[in-house]
Amino acid sequence: MAVRIVLQQADLDRALTRIAHEILESNRGADGLVLLGIPTRGVVLAERLAAIVGRIAATEIPSGALDVTMYRDDLGRNPVRAPQPTAVPEGGIDGKTVVLVDDVLYSGRTIRAAFDALADLGRARAVRLAVLVDRGHREFPIRADFVGKNLPSSARERINVRLAEIDGDDAVTIDGRDD
Amino acid sequence: MRESHLITGATLPNGERADILVQNGLIAKVGTVTDAAGATVVDGDGLIALPGLVDLHTHLREPGYEQSETVLTGTQAAAAGGFTAVFAMANTFPVADTAGVVEQEASLGRAAGYATVQPIGAVTVGLKGAELAELGAMARSRANVRVFSDDGFCVSDPLLMRRALEYVKAFDGVIAQHAQEPRLTEGAQMNEGALSGELGLTGWPAVAEESIIARDVLLAEHVGSRLHVCHVSTAGSVEVIRWAKARGIDVTAEVTPHHLLLTEDLVAGYDPRFKVNPPLRRTEDVQALRAALADGTIDIVATDHAPHPVEAKESEWDAAANGMVGLESALAVVHAAVVETGLMGWADVARVLSEAPARIGRLRGHGGALVAGSPAELTLYDPSAASAFDLDRLAGRSTNSPYLGRTLPGAVVATFHSGYPTYLDGVLRPADEVAQRAAEAREDAHG
Amino acid sequence: MRHLLSTRDLERPEAIGLLDVAEDMAAVQEREVKKLPTLRGKTVVNLFFEDSTRTRISFEAAAKRLSADVINFSAKGSSVSKGESLKDTAQTLQAMGADGVVIRHHASGAPQTLATSGWIDAGVVNAGDGTHEHPTQALLDAFTLRRRLHGRASRGRGLDGTRVVIVGDILHSRVARSNVWLLTTLGAEVELVGPPTLMPVDTSAWPARIGYDLDAALDEVPDAVMMLRIQAERMHAAYFPNSREYARIWGLDDARFDRLPPTTMVMHPGPMNRGLEIAARAADSPQSTVREQVANGVSVRMAALYLLLSGERGES
Ligand SMILES: [Zn+2]
Repeated sequence: MAVRIVLQQADLDRALTRIAHEILESNRGADGLVLLGIPTRGVVLAERLAAIVGRIAATEIPSGALDVTMYRDDLGRNPVRAPQPTAVPEGGIDGKTVVLVDDVLYSGRTIRAAFDALADLGRARAVRLAVLVDRGHREFPIRADFVGKNLPSSARERINVRLAEIDGDDAVTIDGRDD
Repeated sequence: MRESHLITGATLPNGERADILVQNGLIAKVGTVTDAAGATVVDGDGLIALPGLVDLHTHLREPGYEQSETVLTGTQAAAAGGFTAVFAMANTFPVADTAGVVEQEASLGRAAGYATVQPIGAVTVGLKGAELAELGAMARSRANVRVFSDDGFCVSDPLLMRRALEYVKAFDGVIAQHAQEPRLTEGAQMNEGALSGELGLTGWPAVAEESIIARDVLLAEHVGSRLHVCHVSTAGSVEVIRWAKARGIDVTAEVTPHHLLLTEDLVAGYDPRFKVNPPLRRTEDVQALRAALADGTIDIVATDHAPHPVEAKESEWDAAANGMVGLESALAVVHAAVVETGLMGWADVARVLSEAPARIGRLRGHGGALVAGSPAELTLYDPSAASAFDLDRLAGRSTNSPYLGRTLPGAVVATFHSGYPTYLDGVLRPADEVAQRAAEAREDAHG
Repeated sequence: MRHLLSTRDLERPEAIGLLDVAEDMAAVQEREVKKLPTLRGKTVVNLFFEDSTRTRISFEAAAKRLSADVINFSAKGSSVSKGESLKDTAQTLQAMGADGVVIRHHASGAPQTLATSGWIDAGVVNAGDGTHEHPTQALLDAFTLRRRLHGRASRGRGLDGTRVVIVGDILHSRVARSNVWLLTTLGAEVELVGPPTLMPVDTSAWPARIGYDLDAALDEVPDAVMMLRIQAERMHAAYFPNSREYARIWGLDDARFDRLPPTTMVMHPGPMNRGLEIAARAADSPQSTVREQVANGVSVRMAALYLLLSGERGES
């Protein structure tokens, strides 16, 4: 089984910085931005993005966590999943532009569940989606607004996002499964 | 001329190998038999030959509870378990507290022909513990009752117990006491101890049994009577009985097969198959009971065969009935508990499952040694037929056996009652054939 | 988790995991939209053979907030008390397609019988069986303790070193049993106090100290005192002379309550006999967790239902 490194730390930093600029551009500034990461790695990415956006815009960008476990449509097909905490930044999401942040965009089911979860928390003015990697194979009509890297892959391959806060180092790798 | 049987090369309780010729209702010869022309040969190689087993404690349920068992099905279970005589407990409906009921039971047993049915009479009217039943009338009836018991209930009133013990001396009777202090066991569900506290089941303390036995042996001593203690279940009871016997008190005692093998740990899954009165006890109790049986403190093994319909056991623990069927499994369980463990030999088994119960119950024609001229009541047991005990081994109407699925070390192969087989090659003989043989045997005896 | 029958067989990580899920559920209870779609399409039956409005309502709220369909089957006064067996009832529920059965029964072990009999495929939650266990009550007690002690930092934590005194009728208390196993699994030290007549005869294997002197136990300044309800019928069975003497010796009266520091929690599974096992002042004080216990009950039961019913079937 071959493990290939797709993004190294510097690539990852560059990708996030680019996404941060794109977010500011599309939002026409930092006003009303809230970044919500989807656990586990999406939360770390949202924190990093919020810091970068904040640095560029010279303001504090709120970030938090949005767990979608209890909104998934595939709970009954898998072993029980432990939910993760949801943390909405002070000020809530009403009237805000919420940027959902996840590490890998795949079938789109997680994001679909995130829409339901978000709706139960309030009424955002707009919802955007930022992902580090888009690997294709969508099962829902969902598209990311901000993508770090498009990575066409086969369903047999596994994309691994490693983040220093959780995994000790930054990298995106792909396991070629030739079995 | 009735069919005769030649059992070849069986092992007698004393360990000797012998052929046994069964002819005209008697054991015609034991030893080397060469002149047995016309006899049906039963290969006894590797089998233990025992005198027909006698159960002093069987619940046949008829009359009144025929959905659980009848005299016919209960004696079929007896035959499948190697028993040739059963003492039928009095808790039927109507209760066996009059001459009429006990005579009816005995005659149903004779007609069925699978085993001798010796009725036990109730001590008190309706088992209510208030007034004495007509003990004398039952003793003088054709059922010839010698054992009296309110089993299922304890004769807890000390004065009534004293009177009963005294009264039955007139006809050499014995009171078989179900020792259970009722106030100490209100709502009781299992042995009281660490496990009952954990499972939240109301405790059934050992002292509720031991205190009644202590009282009763002292009463028996005081009035000079014979006392029999049913289903002893605790180490403390063993100590009391040992003390009483050492003192010369005329007391005998029984233990059930299940109290020799099973412990309260089985209750932990709340499976009502293991719900029984008295309850399963601790490992220490099982050890003490085995030792007591081996040293003679406990005289006999009695099954307390207690059939119940399926629905009585398919429920939550509290609502389930007490009791287990035990006739079919008794010999194999005794084998596992005291023979395999080296505590007793086959001669001892013959004593505790045949000779002593017949003697305590004053039952003639059963319990004798396997010698020429004695009535042909005998059992063949295969001690090396270890197998999982399953539904096929149950011959009665109910299936509430705690041993289903458990491996037992041997199996009954054949049972001969009044000289004819009731169970042969591991199969029950048909009811019409057995009834016919029984009728022929009676004619021979009277002719 | 296939069933929740007792706290005896809960491993520490499993117990902490359940309490953590309950934290998530509690967070949902603080939102405006208190409902989750998680158990949409699942059917939960509340099968109550014994009256307990509070417990039934708590489970009902929990199931409804997870979007399950709830059927209340009060077996008391129905055909069940007229001889229909647990088995027949179970088969009825099976035919109705119950995914989860919450059972309250007067017989110890009835939930286990239901879960292991093969009569029904549903996940079974024990909502109190006889004098055996009441696992969700113990879980909500542990949840309440953990929240009071650790607040927002509760997740992932046990109750290591927490000292809890449970007072009263230990012998007949399913709450006490479930708490002894659970709290000690979570690392707490438990002392049981009450009259000797209301203690099981042999507690040598219990991971708890046994005492008869409430004052001595309070002198050690426990983190929590849990007062158990005294049933009126115990008085008529010679467990103790009368309620006056019980209250004097084993009740949390004003004098005993005043000796406790404000950090000691006062717990009660309810319903309370004010003036018997607990004085009104203690029950209504800020130290009392009684009202939190009720609210936390819903969160803990949501967590239990989630863990039992959300995953694929047949997994253990
Ligand atoms: Zn009995």
